[in-house]
Amino acid sequence: MTAAASTAPTLQDALALGLTAEEYELVCEKQGAPPNVLELAMYSLLWSEHCAYKHSKKLLRTLPTEGRHVVMGPGENAGAVDVGNGLACAFKVESHNHPSAVEPFQGAATGVGGILRDIFAIGARPIAVLDSLRFGEPAGESATRTRYLLDGAVSGIGHYGNSIGVPTIGGEVYFEGPYEHNCLVNAMALGLGERERLVRSAAAGTGNVLVLFGAATGRDGIGGASVLASAELDAGDTSSGGDSDKRPTVQVGDPFEEKKLLECSLQLLARDLIVSLQDLGAAGLTSSAAEMASKGEVGIEIDVAKVPLREAGMEPFEVMVSESQERMLCVVEPANVAAVLALCERWEVNGAAIGRVTDTGRVRVLAGDEQVGDMPVRALVDDCPLYDLAPQKPASPIYPPPPRTLHADATIRDTLLALLACPNIASRRPLFEQYDAIVQSRTVRRPEQADAAVLALADGSALAVSIDCNGRRVAADPYTGTVQTVLECAANLACAGAEPLGTTNNLNFGNPEKPHIAWQLTEAVRGLGDACRALQAPIVGGNVSLYNEGATGPIYPTPVIGMVGRMPDARAAGRLGFGRAGDEIALVGPFAPSLAASELAKLRGQALPDGLARVDVAAVHAAQVAVREAVRAGALSSAHDIAEGGLAIALAECCLAGGVGARVELGDLSGRAAEALFGEAPGGFVVSASADALSELERSAPVHRLGTVGGDSLQLSMAGGAEASGDAGGATGERVSVSLEELARAHARLAELFS
Amino acid sequence: MKFGVLQFPGSCDEVDALAAARLVGEAELIWHGERDLQGADAIIVPGGFSYGDYLRAGAIARFAPAMESVIDFAREGGPVLGICNGFQVLCEARLLPGALLVNANRRFTFRQLQLEVVNADTTFTRACTEGERLSIPAKHAWGRYYADERTLAAMRDKGQVVLRYAPGQSFNGSLHDIAGVCNEAGNVFGLMPHPEHAVDELTGESLDGLKIFESMRLAVDGAPA
Repeated sequence: MTAAASTAPTLQDALALGLTAEEYELVCEKQGAPPNVLELAMYSLLWSEHCAYKHSKKLLRTLPTEGRHVVMGPGENAGAVDVGNGLACAFKVESHNHPSAVEPFQGAATGVGGILRDIFAIGARPIAVLDSLRFGEPAGESATRTRYLLDGAVSGIGHYGNSIGVPTIGGEVYFEGPYEHNCLVNAMALGLGERERLVRSAAAGTGNVLVLFGAATGRDGIGGASVLASAELDAGDTSSGGDSDKRPTVQVGDPFEEKKLLECSLQLLARDLIVSLQDLGAAGLTSSAAEMASKGEVGIEIDVAKVPLREAGMEPFEVMVSESQERMLCVVEPANVAAVLALCERWEVNGAAIGRVTDTGRVRVLAGDEQVGDMPVRALVDDCPLYDLAPQKPASPIYPPPPRTLHADATIRDTLLALLACPNIASRRPLFEQYDAIVQSRTVRRPEQADAAVLALADGSALAVSIDCNGRRVAADPYTGTVQTVLECAANLACAGAEPLGTTNNLNFGNPEKPHIAWQLTEAVRGLGDACRALQAPIVGGNVSLYNEGATGPIYPTPVIGMVGRMPDARAAGRLGFGRAGDEIALVGPFAPSLAASELAKLRGQALPDGLARVDVAAVHAAQVAVREAVRAGALSSAHDIAEGGLAIALAECCLAGGVGARVELGDLSGRAAEALFGEAPGGFVVSASADALSELERSAPVHRLGTVGGDSLQLSMAGGAEASGDAGGATGERVSVSLEELARAHARLAELFS
Repeated sequence: MKFGVLQFPGSCDEVDALAAARLVGEAELIWHGERDLQGADAIIVPGGFSYGDYLRAGAIARFAPAMESVIDFAREGGPVLGICNGFQVLCEARLLPGALLVNANRRFTFRQLQLEVVNADTTFTRACTEGERLSIPAKHAWGRYYADERTLAAMRDKGQVVLRYAPGQSFNGSLHDIAGVCNEAGNVFGLMPHPEHAVDELTGESLDGLKIFESMRLAVDGAPA
């Protein structure tokens, strides 16, 4: 036994690895003796929040996971839904928040690498990536750090996705104070595979061989799951230490290695050479092997001496917990081992038989002839204690009001331009232009062409995908805010013409051991479940990221939702931009705008409200169905969901995307101009179409005609706007006209962040 | 006619190029480790990040066994099209003059661009007219075309500058806005934009890229079918 392993670890060591004293005691009991160094390292990882979901598992069990389209639900590497013709779409979102806060480029890059492996681990070819990002304010004191993180994360996502040949087709980003110290980097991937050939990760067949293939194993990323992913970040920024000493726990990505790994994995599956497949992510070999054994109810034996290493002298425990990227583990029948290794050689990836499946129900780790660890699979994977949360609504506000950035006597025109230029609304072009959105030739709608990304399938149908979450609204009301997030995703799909098939989610929250965070989490999961049930868009997979707190407090609760839908005819995919001069413009749906927790409220420096108005989910859903059917029928020239910045911003976005102006009559807005123009709520759509098409649409949803498409400016006419001046909405006249050029200039403001 | 599309570890747009070529003829993938070009009448070196673009974009791919055959094929006058990374590979292989440097904006950039046909009298542009605008997307980090002034002058004289970015369209800082060049013999052509991503009503913003593939078919097969 090595020197390090011969010294028995103590309770102190266990605490340092993130276990509690009680958990350590339980480990000793399950082992029948105090664990050695290797065993303790493996327990500490598998019993971490990141691997064991010990504070969220009970809540997650309340979510709807079944539906007629579901092929594979939570618990596998990714979920999958049926998309017709024997094909399934696999998809999942995952976070890489803390690594990205410590080293944004590699953190984000390996986040993309990890989610892609989850997709091809079930036998689906990755066809798209989307990302969901959160940073602090890009101006003021946090500007330097925000720009550093933003630039690094965007470059990292592009570096990995572009190099591996998977298009990045969509995403979202918000800038809010509470994310300053703890940015969020969530990546979602979709894949396509034959439904009947998707593989599961359960190990099976006593005597079968474990083959590890892909990159060599090094010392990178050791302790990532426990030290980095399952604890709060310390104070400090990149320049002054802080978490920078944790940088060695961040993995380093190599998209070229993963590209080879991807092609190799898919060929191994296509040739029926492997029994099951699992990627190596957080906690490396430890979690992959233990989880494969647990799912297959078998035992596993691994000889660390057979693992191809990147550096000499690695301790057995280091080999077992390394988070080196671009590795996969598969179970192979002995007769096929030679063929598997030959295919690895063709793709120039390492392949090594490192162990076998046993019937012992134990994970045994050998170093050559010597046994260096022996643990019951059940204890490792299933016996980590699950904790009940102690939710309590906070008695006073958790988040300070944002600084005011819009002056008190701003006119409607000023307000429109300020909103259009604000970081949460301005065009994302400077980000998405750094991503290849078209490789693989499926992309029917590129970013900013439609509310959802649209991917063509071979049979003429198409998938639509959306990812979203307005954390400020969730912070104001975790239940209703989460319901609204789900509705927002479904609205985006409706505007593209797609019906939801399934949902994935990444629950980004603070420390769940604190009652107010537990309350946010509990309420959000309740909202998520209710909304997904109402839309029949079950949860097929997801991820939980807790302990997202910095020195100044928790992040906004951010349940990022990714939704995949389908439409029968790709050619009918909707567009968001006005397309045809002379078309009528209408507001469709049960839209009841309010300034509560709106973007305008933020610009005005207002604190979050305590709660949002309840949503009539059935009415909103009905409007979505009406819009979706009209888009599919080709009746609408454009459809755009009203979100941040309200109706006026939605109109401006339709003008900008279509390169054409609009004349809009808003009627008498006395006393409510700001709400009507800039208020936010679910259930509203701006559409353009012929007069006849709008009359037809009126039979299935509320339709309020607003004006016509044409000209080279956005003109808003209203009565009563004048009295709504100042903070109540701001107007000095009753007609506001802004040229397309001026709108475009305001909308392009994010470019400054990359200069 | 039959196209052969090379496939390196790290190629990304080879399937896209294959599909585009199949709109005008037959096409097959050729594995980088094979020397046999399978009787192809024209070769496409596709986009992507061959061998991870390690060392330098295209620098390793030029030594692939398949590339050795392509170099012989080109020397014998066979038509060779290099797209994006393929253009970089052809420059590294000295089949094309000049080099591609990191973009002036120093970022990977994806944008639909307007190109101008400078020379419509080539194997790759004969379906176009001189001065015609083509709408074709570009997506790369290393696309700034560079050659020394003497080389550039000679290239201009011999009609080797085939495509240019329309005024104000280039993000990469290429000298003289050069987007695509051919060799002196006119049978090897490289361009940074991706014509294979402008061939389909559903996924392309235009069908202009088809003209490149159609030109190659015309050059090989002769008059339109």
